[in-house]
Amino acid sequence: MNDFKKRNDLLKKSLKERILVMDGAMGTMIQNHRLSEEEFRGEKFKNWTQDIKGNNDILSITQPDIIRDIHKEYLEAGADIIETNSFNATCISQADYGMEEVIYDLNFACARLAREACDEYSLKTPLKPRFVMGVLGPTSRTASLSPDVDNPAFRNVSFDELVQTYKPAVRALTQGGADIILIETIFDTLNAKAAIFAVKAVFDDIGYELPISISGTITDASGRTLSGQTPEAFWYSMSHAEPLSLGFNCALGAKDLRQHIAAISKIVDCHISAHPNAGLPNEMGEYDETPQEMAAQLGEWARAGLLNITGGCCGTTPDHIRAIAQAVKGVAPREIPDKVPELLLSGLEPFKAV
Amino acid sequence: MTQKKQATFINIGERTNVTGSAKFKKLILNGNFDEALEVARQQVEAGAQIIDINMDEAMLDSEEAMEYFVNLIASEPDISRVPLMIDSSKWSVIERGLKCIQGKAVVNSISMKEGVQNFKEQALLIRRYGAAAVVMAFDEKGQADTLERKVEICTKSYEILVNEVGFPPEDIIFDPNIFAVATGIEEHNNYAVDFIEATRIIRRTLPHCHISGGVSNVSFSFRGNNPVREAMHSVFLYHAIAAGMNMGIVNAGMMTVYADIPKELRERVEDVILNQREDSTDRLLEIADKYKGVKGEVKKQDLEWRAGSVEERLSYALVKGITSDIITDTEEARLKVKERDGRPIEVIEGALMDGMNRVGDLFGSGQMFLPQVVKSARVMKQAVAHLIPFIEAEKSGKSQSKGKILMATVKGDVHDIGKNIVGVVLQCNNYEIIDLGVMVSCETILREAQKHDVDIIGLSGLITPSLEEMCFVAAEMERLGIKIPLLIGGATTSKIHTAVKISPHYSGALVYVLDASRAVGVASSLMSDSLSTQYAAKIALEYKIQREKYKKSKKGENQIKITEARKNHYPVSWQGFEPEKPSFLGTKTFEDYDLGQIASRIDWTPFFRTWELAGNYPKILTDPIVGASARDLFKDAEKMLQKIIDEKWLRANAVIGFWAANSNGDDVQLYTDDARENLLGTAHFLRQQNRRRRGKYNRCLSDYIAPKETGIKDYFGGFAVTAGIGIEEKQELFKKNHDDYNDILLKALADRLAEAFAEHMHERVRTDFWGYEKTEELSNEELIKEKYRGIRPAPGYPACPDHTEKLDLFEWLSAPDQTEITLTDSMAMLPAASVSGYYFAHSEAAYFGLGKISKDQVEDYAQRKNIDFKTAQRWLASNLAYG
Repeated sequence: MNDFKKRNDLLKKSLKERILVMDGAMGTMIQNHRLSEEEFRGEKFKNWTQDIKGNNDILSITQPDIIRDIHKEYLEAGADIIETNSFNATCISQADYGMEEVIYDLNFACARLAREACDEYSLKTPLKPRFVMGVLGPTSRTASLSPDVDNPAFRNVSFDELVQTYKPAVRALTQGGADIILIETIFDTLNAKAAIFAVKAVFDDIGYELPISISGTITDASGRTLSGQTPEAFWYSMSHAEPLSLGFNCALGAKDLRQHIAAISKIVDCHISAHPNAGLPNEMGEYDETPQEMAAQLGEWARAGLLNITGGCCGTTPDHIRAIAQAVKGVAPREIPDKVPELLLSGLEPFKAV
Repeated sequence: MTQKKQATFINIGERTNVTGSAKFKKLILNGNFDEALEVARQQVEAGAQIIDINMDEAMLDSEEAMEYFVNLIASEPDISRVPLMIDSSKWSVIERGLKCIQGKAVVNSISMKEGVQNFKEQALLIRRYGAAAVVMAFDEKGQADTLERKVEICTKSYEILVNEVGFPPEDIIFDPNIFAVATGIEEHNNYAVDFIEATRIIRRTLPHCHISGGVSNVSFSFRGNNPVREAMHSVFLYHAIAAGMNMGIVNAGMMTVYADIPKELRERVEDVILNQREDSTDRLLEIADKYKGVKGEVKKQDLEWRAGSVEERLSYALVKGITSDIITDTEEARLKVKERDGRPIEVIEGALMDGMNRVGDLFGSGQMFLPQVVKSARVMKQAVAHLIPFIEAEKSGKSQSKGKILMATVKGDVHDIGKNIVGVVLQCNNYEIIDLGVMVSCETILREAQKHDVDIIGLSGLITPSLEEMCFVAAEMERLGIKIPLLIGGATTSKIHTAVKISPHYSGALVYVLDASRAVGVASSLMSDSLSTQYAAKIALEYKIQREKYKKSKKGENQIKITEARKNHYPVSWQGFEPEKPSFLGTKTFEDYDLGQIASRIDWTPFFRTWELAGNYPKILTDPIVGASARDLFKDAEKMLQKIIDEKWLRANAVIGFWAANSNGDDVQLYTDDARENLLGTAHFLRQQNRRRRGKYNRCLSDYIAPKETGIKDYFGGFAVTAGIGIEEKQELFKKNHDDYNDILLKALADRLAEAFAEHMHERVRTDFWGYEKTEELSNEELIKEKYRGIRPAPGYPACPDHTEKLDLFEWLSAPDQTEITLTDSMAMLPAASVSGYYFAHSEAAYFGLGKISKDQVEDYAQRKNIDFKTAQRWLASNLAYG
């Protein structure tokens, strides 16, 4: 508890001083190891009745060294913040592998590994403390969109089911040592609202709170989330979380994301985060923006005063993170605008009552 | 791309509201969601910046309807681009809505009406769901009507929200209650000023909050005079906005531009709104007619009507329901007729019938409401009663009625409020009614029908077994070749039941009547020489189509085996569960309970529904359409309630009981004592059998009692309460005075008292007799689920629909001896104003509807109850998924 408070104070202090850098992609790093089904299963799930190859999250239990090493590579590259390897570690996503029962243990292990790696580097570089973001992914379902075109009122997941699926994950991430809970790659705002509801309920239970970070996804050139909200409307819908930071990740490269970060940067009264992909995928589905290209753009954003937290999403590597960390080094973090007490409502679009 | 509205006054669309829009209500009730969406779309296109959605309607599963409609809206980007306002008086409906909305919505509304604790919990949850809230100036003492109360309650609410809950002040929208002015009641004159001044103070002293209100309320004493109303809205808003009101539920079609109001009208409206002269109401009335459009009417001055001719006076008294001078006026009319050598019957056929026709027209066109019509009938009956001796003395025979209708509540059923209302409405329309009362056997119905040579038979019933009895009457009519048109009505009846279950038994004309307002149309169609055959054939065809649709839909029904359903029972975790032991085992009787204590617990909303006035209490009292009617009715009700209490018109008795019990599958076994060696009896329950979505359970009430094999000492309770002992005496008196209005009023109040009594006893059980809520320490999550712990389901109602289970319950409670409540053959309770049921204390116990069950469960149930399969099937007829 005390440790956690100390780290929380350090986090707030660090955010005042500099732009913090998150780590990059996990999936591609894992793919480089070309792990077999047996290696995915490890000792623990040797006799699992289903194939689990491709369940990257479970590696936190079965191949902890690999995951810890990836975390360390990013820390070595200069990342201030490590995201836990728990993007798919919710009941809904793990149901694909029949692994709903291990949710708590899995998330706890994810948080533990990131904690260990960060603590090691915080000791090495006391002037650059490192922090763990416990990741809650979006799940594969959408609470405000119907998957059935003939039945627009149908939903394949309810708010309550999402709350139930997020709760054990939040509890385990928190108790495993996360400094921040990150709700990320949000394509349906209602899913994220359920996540916020679950996070706050768990905080009530355990009697203390972690800061919450929120990161949405603008899916295409429409400039909206998959569920149809504009960036501003998205912020209005999320503001009740009283987040530490709000921003966007994934889907677009830095070039296309800039305008949206610029739009919310002016109005959001908490920190702004952005961790884009390494450009748009090419015909082969690969990301080919180089570390230098990406760092040049994010460096420009930083100098334009748009950023508090940045980093990389799909296709980024330790080299990308190293270049980004270099590019934003010494650049003053964005100043947070004062909170204006206005009634802000939203549908798909923002509405402000004055 | 994104448009940011910088509005100084925010319009909230009000058409997607079942309590405010008859059209929208009809669309939703008929399941016409495409057009309902169209209503929402039009509002957005017309400039509504927020749309209000309300599904508070008795005929709807409001939670489901809210979820469904909000989900539909989410799929329409041109509607869902604007924020939603989730409007309900039920928290559960609000919560369901909030769980479907990705945007930041507004809740309408919360208040301290049910106490500070409730208010705080709801506010916290609203924040958790990410919404803003309308907060009504309402506390446990009632709705704020004076400036002081408005400011006081809003200030207190604000302090609690901002300082204790952490609710952002900018997300608070106060509704300090707009009430009608110029009603003729002096205390109302300052209502608009009170609102405007409260707005000014609140905006100044409570930083960042907002002010909203239902604007059309202010003008409703000028119903029917839209130009004056529009002027009042504009003038009101002009001043309220200047004082700081910044949103409102406004019908954009009911507004005019302040500057466009003619000077004379504007000045006089301003006097009224700002209460600037003592005679401002009169001065506005003086000129109101000048500005009135084609339709509508303005209130006349009291007593002015006495100056008219006797015919005018009779007509006025009928329309207004005034009995004070009716005998004098009727006598004057009789003498006037006599003078010109006319016959007394001509008074009825002339002036009185003219008046009643006018009542019928006004009712038919929605300008009068049921309570007023029943009052009119009382006037008519008293006038006729005065004339009858003269008519008989003259032996001139009876007045020519439009037709003779026999009405009866069927055997085994004692409920007759609805039937009496239908009877009154038909009488108002010049039908002769032969009312056989309640619990009428088929034999009596058919004998009397033939004796009186009636034109129509109307059957009524409220409890489910009555449905079966109606089928029986229809089958008997068929067998005996009695081809009189048959009307079916009452709370449990439905068009689908009439079409599917009754119609096959009867080849004569058969019509389901939804409510009193439909009865006249149906009767006149059936009585018309030219139309009746055609009409009956049209209805028969409609029922045939319904029947076929029903058969088709049956095929698709998704039932699972009872054995499967049991595996998916509600999973209470019994490990470590320690039930609280009630303070006594066995029964406890309460005789002649204090009615005053019970009365404070009355839920008034169903009371208004009895009178076919749609809307929730207390909102209904200021409803722009039925508000005036509702207030008159409420005044009468409160007056009678006081008399019931002061003069002991009714007596209330109750018995409650607790027993050691454990569940055994779907049964609950009761023991004679806590040693749990000897069985006292068994309560048999039924289990939901439709296929459930993942994570939803096939519930049975026995799921909430610890199974025998757990070894846990669990308990179970039961109760029977009545508030109707002694009601017959008063009823006879009202009948004798031809006073249907007070007769129905008394029955409706007795029903409400019985419900309130059951609620009151449940509270005492929770906090005292069983006592499981004394030491409650609820976590936030538990609070989210239910405001109090435990349920009291009643045999014959959705969770446990078998009425015959009352037999055992009554025996365990010795209810007939202890409370004077008895059961009829159909398991209806006598007096009708009675409630009985079970107590379940488990914290997860919740109400549910059984839904449809399959044959395998009915067979199993018959075996468990040791009754034959056919009998079981008959009592469960409404719940069968087959045949």
